[in-house]
Amino acid sequence: MRFVALIILVVIFSILSPDFLTLNDLTIVAEHVSINALLAIGQSFVILTAGIDLSVGSIVGLTAMVAGYLISQGLPLPMFGVVVYFNAWVVILIGLLVGIVLGLVNGLVITRLSVAPFIATLGMLYAARGLALLTSNGATFPDLGGDPSLGNTGFPFLGTGNILGVPMPIWLMILFGLVASFVASRTPFGRQVYAIGGNERAAQLSGIRVNRVKLLVYVISGFCAAMTGLVIASQLQAAQPATGESYELNAIAAVVLGGTSLFGGRGTILGSIIGAFVSTALLPQGADHDHDSRR
Amino acid sequence: MTAPDIVLRAEGITKIYGGTVALDNVDFNVYRGKVNVLIGENGAGKSTLMKIIAGAETATRGRLLLEGQPVQFKSPREAARAGIGIIYQELNLFPNLSVAENIFLDQEALGRHGILVDRRRQQAEARRLLQRLEQPLDPQELVGHLRLGQQQIVEIAKALARDVRILIMDEPTSALTTAEVEILFRVIRELKAQGVSIIYISHKLEELLRIGDYVTVLRDSHRIAEAPVSAIDVNWLVEQMIGRSVSETYVHQERTPGQELLRVEHLRLPRPGGGLLLDDISFQVRAGEIVALYGLLGAGRTELLECLMGLHPEASGSLWIAGQRLRGRHVSERIAEGLVLVPEDRQREGLVPTLSVAQNIVLASLRRYLSGPVLSRKKELAAVRRLMGELGIKAPSPQTLIEALSGGNQQKVVVARGLLTEPRVMLLDEPTRGIDIGAKADLFRLMNRLASEGLGILFVSSELREVMSVADRILVLARGRLTGEFRREEASEEALVAAASAGQEPATAATRDEQAAHSPVQSGAADPVDRQTQAPAPAASASEERRHQTRPRA
Ligand SMILES: Nc1ncnc2c1ncn2[C@@H]1O[C@H](COP(=O)(O)OP(=O)(O)OP(=O)(O)O)[C@@H](O)[C@H]1O
Ligand SMILES: [Mg+2]
Repeated sequence: MRFVALIILVVIFSILSPDFLTLNDLTIVAEHVSINALLAIGQSFVILTAGIDLSVGSIVGLTAMVAGYLISQGLPLPMFGVVVYFNAWVVILIGLLVGIVLGLVNGLVITRLSVAPFIATLGMLYAARGLALLTSNGATFPDLGGDPSLGNTGFPFLGTGNILGVPMPIWLMILFGLVASFVASRTPFGRQVYAIGGNERAAQLSGIRVNRVKLLVYVISGFCAAMTGLVIASQLQAAQPATGESYELNAIAAVVLGGTSLFGGRGTILGSIIGAFVSTALLPQGADHDHDSRR
Repeated sequence: MTAPDIVLRAEGITKIYGGTVALDNVDFNVYRGKVNVLIGENGAGKSTLMKIIAGAETATRGRLLLEGQPVQFKSPREAARAGIGIIYQELNLFPNLSVAENIFLDQEALGRHGILVDRRRQQAEARRLLQRLEQPLDPQELVGHLRLGQQQIVEIAKALARDVRILIMDEPTSALTTAEVEILFRVIRELKAQGVSIIYISHKLEELLRIGDYVTVLRDSHRIAEAPVSAIDVNWLVEQMIGRSVSETYVHQERTPGQELLRVEHLRLPRPGGGLLLDDISFQVRAGEIVALYGLLGAGRTELLECLMGLHPEASGSLWIAGQRLRGRHVSERIAEGLVLVPEDRQREGLVPTLSVAQNIVLASLRRYLSGPVLSRKKELAAVRRLMGELGIKAPSPQTLIEALSGGNQQKVVVARGLLTEPRVMLLDEPTRGIDIGAKADLFRLMNRLASEGLGILFVSSELREVMSVADRILVLARGRLTGEFRREEASEEALVAAASAGQEPATAATRDEQAAHSPVQSGAADPVDRQTQAPAPAASASEERRHQTRPRA
């Protein structure tokens, strides 16, 4: 029922919103939505445990910059006097690893040092953004098409390629959405996430390893953010340090609009994806954010 | 139509929740200045009726007459303004606020300018109320730090702080020990003397006979009977409630305990502020043995069970299960090793309110219900259905949200979760809290069955009768120390009570008198003042016979 209401909302706002009228190509809309949806999927797990991840926007930025650096500068190894260029797939793997590591740091600070999620991930928001600026001293990495002589072409496929006429980011959204829905609703891990959000103490007394589940949840969020960063860098074929600024707000908005309670324990992944559609339609910056980074 | 001595009358109350009829055309009289007992099985509709009277729910049909005038409460606030106070079954306190702040919530004592809260006055007033309840709690303590029984006292103090003419008490004693129940009864008598009308709900039948003046019985959402307490006895109550007589509630089955299953040695738990919460505790539980842990509020019983589950990393001492030294540090490891805890406070520690009945039941044994990496709904449901049948859990379906169940049925869900882990030693913290007499009998029968299947059972209880008639052996804890150990045949109420209050103060004659006053044998069975002429409860005579010698352990 709630979903039907949301879909009706989307349709109404699509018609009313001037942004949508100008973006008459539906696939472009869907690409905007898919970026927000990827972040919202990761954020959903965090919020279901009654946590919050404010660092996703910065992780998007850092991952984009790391990918940009590796493609345009390569990895210089001064002790051997060489610069290593990786192929696009390895770049993507390293980018995802960055997200996983930052998520792990978030999770460790929250579970081991008992720092409130809001504060821990706010710290990461600044730290990751700072690192993103450091990779290029604030400059943009242009031309991420790669160089055939260095063997690192193919990166743009992630953001601009398509399969069966459907853009890659949409495939990714569908893939991530299906896997995440499955994990959330059908696996013990998913059940544990809901239980922790519903009553952490009861979950603990039932033998759930609360800290381990929480750690994983921030890793998932970091991973989704990294994927988003790679998609954006690939779409633009450029990486700039400001990429993903304030995206965390859109993601959180999508999750909450999709019916997930900020107090944890209630909500679905599908809801968050629909929420991503709604928030992209409702919030002007939701529709605009990619224009900003495209400039 | 309304008799002059009826202060409040509910007429033809019907309440429908979705598809569930919680109350069906129920009439209920509240007599002025009397204790009006409401009784019925779990899910009979008692709490629902109280919520309607207190303005927390609105009836689907029917009306309320206050002093003969029809009234309609749209909110608890309106009911409160009409002088109706309620102590909810599921306590309604804010863990992040202090005791005093909770007591004066929404009626804060204001300072001179009427803007700021006068904390000093509130604290002094709170201290006075707590003194009346004989609980030396610090008014500045956060409620979240209190044990369940202490929270219940705070909830009672909160009701006393308000000027009420009708006070609803929905299972106020479910987490209280005998001594605190006596104090509450004294307070109730004082309130009656002031003309306050009390509505009193409890599953402890002897308690009802002692304190009640009128009793109304609900069964399956219908009002079955109303009678003055002087005209009835326990058997009548049980028959009206359940529709048949329960042959025996406190079942005990003779078994020969087998090998030692659980062994605890030199368990010590430091108190955060210094000192010890548990001081050098050693004992064993054998296979097929039911051991009770008795003690007063704050004796450390709950902490002891928590230590066994690995919830207090700061505790020291050693544990063995079937000769195997336990090394696991986490609850999940303890569960794998065969221990499981059914916690006392179902709201705070037991239930996940956002999950369904089925999901709550399987929560501690998810690994058993996998097919591949996926949770198998079919396997889950089969197990859940079996347990719901075994424990008689009353719910529209396994998929119902846990919050829609009555309090007693929620309790059974927590017990079911523990059972499903297939433990070797089961730790139960006040397992009968809030469950009706039929369900209690079922639970004891189940404990007996599990014990004969070779399980070890350690259960905490504040009810002397329960402890004395169900357990094979009784351990008494006082101020963190084991002060007594009794075999079933040796146990007597006096000995248990004496052991439970050991070490409170140097045992002067005065304190011994006080303890005696709190003992139910003394003030209960033969108190002519509030026990009106009535057939003696069978329980009292049974316990009388059981008084033999004792063996306190110093
Ligand atoms: N919010 C609700 N939504 C749906 N059903 C409810 C709700 N609250 C109560 N019920 C149902 O109404 C019936 C009566 O519940 P109630 O809590 O009044 O029982 P009770 O007599 O107080 O039982 P107990 O002794 O276990 O506390 C139960 O079947 C319960 O499942
Ligand atoms: Mg109730």
